[in-house]
Amino acid sequence: MSVHVKTTINGDQVEFVCGADEPLLDVLRNRLGLTGAKEGCGTGDCGACSVILDGRLVCSCLVLGAEMDGRSVETIEGMADGAKLHPLQQQFIDNAALQCGVCTPGFLMAAQALLRKNPDPTEEDIRFGLAGNLCRCTGYDKIVRAVQAAAKEMRG
Amino acid sequence: MTMNPDLVDKTYKVIGTRVRRPDGVDKVTGRARYGADASAPGQLVGLVLRSPHAHAVIKKIDISKAEKLKGVKAVITSADFPDHTNGDRGLRDILENCMARKKALYDGHAVAAVAAVDARTAREALKLIKVDYQILPHVTEVDDAFKANAPLLHDDIFTDGITPTPTKSSNFVKQAEYGHGDIDAGFREADVIIEKSYKTEQTHQGYIEPHSCLASVSPDGMAEMWVCTQGHFVYRNQCAAILGMDANKLRVTSSEIGGGFGGKTHIWAEPLALALSRKANRPVKLTMTRDEVFRATGPTSSTSIDVKIGAKKDGTITAAFAELRYHGGAFPGNWAEFGAMTGFACYDLKNVKTVSKDCVVNRPKTAAYRAPSTPQVCFAVESTVDEVARAIGMNPVDFRIKNAAKEGTKSSYGPVYGPIGIGPTLEAAKNHPHMKAPLAKDTGRGMACGFWFNFGGQTCVDMNVTPDGNVTVAVGTIDVGGSRASLALVVAEELGVPYDAVRVVVADTSTLGHNDMTDGSRGTFSSSMAAVFATRNAIKTLRERAAKTWEIPLDEVVWEDGAARAVGAQHGNRAPLTLKEIAAAAPGSGGPIAGHAEIVADNAGVSFATHICDAHVDKETGKTTITRYTVIQDAGKAMHPAYVEGQYQGGAAQGIGWALNEEYIYGANGRLQNAGFLDYRIPVCSDLPMIDTQILEIPNPHHPYGVRGVGETSIVPPLAAVANAVTNAAGVHMNHVPMSPPRILKAIKALKA
Repeated sequence: MSVHVKTTINGDQVEFVCGADEPLLDVLRNRLGLTGAKEGCGTGDCGACSVILDGRLVCSCLVLGAEMDGRSVETIEGMADGAKLHPLQQQFIDNAALQCGVCTPGFLMAAQALLRKNPDPTEEDIRFGLAGNLCRCTGYDKIVRAVQAAAKEMRG
Repeated sequence: MTMNPDLVDKTYKVIGTRVRRPDGVDKVTGRARYGADASAPGQLVGLVLRSPHAHAVIKKIDISKAEKLKGVKAVITSADFPDHTNGDRGLRDILENCMARKKALYDGHAVAAVAAVDARTAREALKLIKVDYQILPHVTEVDDAFKANAPLLHDDIFTDGITPTPTKSSNFVKQAEYGHGDIDAGFREADVIIEKSYKTEQTHQGYIEPHSCLASVSPDGMAEMWVCTQGHFVYRNQCAAILGMDANKLRVTSSEIGGGFGGKTHIWAEPLALALSRKANRPVKLTMTRDEVFRATGPTSSTSIDVKIGAKKDGTITAAFAELRYHGGAFPGNWAEFGAMTGFACYDLKNVKTVSKDCVVNRPKTAAYRAPSTPQVCFAVESTVDEVARAIGMNPVDFRIKNAAKEGTKSSYGPVYGPIGIGPTLEAAKNHPHMKAPLAKDTGRGMACGFWFNFGGQTCVDMNVTPDGNVTVAVGTIDVGGSRASLALVVAEELGVPYDAVRVVVADTSTLGHNDMTDGSRGTFSSSMAAVFATRNAIKTLRERAAKTWEIPLDEVVWEDGAARAVGAQHGNRAPLTLKEIAAAAPGSGGPIAGHAEIVADNAGVSFATHICDAHVDKETGKTTITRYTVIQDAGKAMHPAYVEGQYQGGAAQGIGWALNEEYIYGANGRLQNAGFLDYRIPVCSDLPMIDTQILEIPNPHHPYGVRGVGETSIVPPLAAVANAVTNAAGVHMNHVPMSPPRILKAIKALKA
């Protein structure tokens, strides 16, 4: 069975048809060409597919495309303001907070969601706020520092 | 070939600066394309059917129903892979691992594959394939595999390295010995001898990106493959050989790689995707699930190791011995042998002997994992070293400093060391503020040293000057941690131009000569060496063009700060000719300007590290928390210090995961019980503290800038550093990793009783 969905992605009106059992991640990647969200596990354990759905951080492998009707999705592709990177994106580059980079979109989404709720997080807040995202390259040190730097910059 | 000392102490313009990586913006905006991010017109979805049995004869595979399902375009089994390996045992093992032939040798072993118009159809087709198995007894534990009555995996393994060669086949693949001196005499001299046995469990590299490739074989035999890999040239060579293709017909393009750590140095499903594409005459995209990644790719050996070390009361180690038993999964390997070579490499030993015993078990084919085989033996040796130091009443740092290898030491695996960093990392550890910081209750401090060889190998770089006077560099080593930035830095330094004037790309297999893989910490080491030589060749051409323009002899033209300059009394007053000016004049002065280098990058320069770890042990639950961690490692020369730190931190985190949590758990049925990130738990952000780093620079005399590889050594010491910290925190001697809460709790209870 296929479902016709009208939704908002990164502020744009989007329509698609997907299978009733099709995860949002597959819709984003295979139907809409938004491959920034990655499939690391498909079971909600790694966070590489993180997106923000109606303001809430979710694993896009664990929600269905069919559920998106009338809702609003933010993905990594919508994070920068045109050519201007979001402070989190810039600080990830400047703090060497990525190596292979495959987990980076998920971390940026998770960090975005964290800083909206808590603009002045402690190191522990950041570590627990990002604990749903796996990174195998960095040991997290530089990721935490990048989020601290971005939070400071965003507080002005 | 010693080549550099004049450059080592020089102050550099761009090398050593923390520039922004060229792939950074793409990676933070979601634009970077990884293995699963490419598509081709008309592509099919490939899926693999895997054995649920640890060991079984494949009596019959019936694919007829699957082939008839609407939307299925190809179904393949081992019958689609005629043996082209021509007696090459290693290649035959790779072939058999990619697709089981007569027997399934582990839970997860591929037995068939399908290509269909969509994933749902492909999944349905897998269910329609009927495999008739005859289940055989299995063996998954390393010590069990050596037993006389153990189930036999292969009937053609006759232990190598034993005289006379056995006439009966077994799971015991190979025995090897390393060392020098007379250990029996050495142990007789000892005042204290500690002898212990250790076990380590099997771990996975745990890269976040599952294996994925997009294969397209045309009816005329031309083929293309887009794939996440640590070595696209090796993937090309092996896939072509297995499929009976000419290597030049298969063009492999490497995607961005979402982590590999050794696991993407081996081919797995890539030949299947190519064979499916060849049969279906359509492009096929094949992406593994996480379950498949765990069950069918890459883990380390689990091990069983005995160590015996003797020392005098003054702290001199008189003899050291280890016997190492490792497995290669279901196929022969030399993993224990690597451990036998590296185990005592940190020390200057008069009498040392190691014996390695490699075997096969019904587990997935072992793959390299960051300094392969070395963390396990380091855990055993460095835990024992701490016990010896304790027994003679000596501080563990001082004990290691007293016995550390130095320039001129004959290593335990044979070669004599040049300038090395073990002594300096130990001295730095001794003087580090971490070593002197007070400890909280139930917290202990441990330390350990580690070694890795580092590799060089075949490397090929093209450097081209663009008509507007900028530079492109094509390399053949995959960038796993920022090497494109480091290589741009080295070319910019040589040429005297800004970092931004150089763009480095990883070329595909049809546009550059063969390159070995990014393994053995060789990526930046070897490609930077080739990039320097390529740039120097281009500089010679640039000087020739200037000499021609000025009509003066070549030896009166030098290259400095991005321009040709005339020297000498006669011509020294000429205005310099910049790179941009020479590039602009190229069409009339001899054509395009380029430099190439094709080398075997020998003398990679060995690597040493010392780690310090503080661990808190909760004696009620057995849970260990790392509260502080410091990595001190010799980089030779840190081209991009932030990315060197990243290697140190990442390796330490992986080692901490290995020490505390990560392990493959097999059921009595030989099936893997925890093939997912929920149950195979790698460290998350809230598990770790900041990981402090200290980069030492003891130049490698065989690299133009003194560089040593830095990628692997950082995973070597953590198992032992954590274990020694746990001992000092809770009084228990842990001889089995991971030191999960139940194991620690059991040890604490045994101590109380």
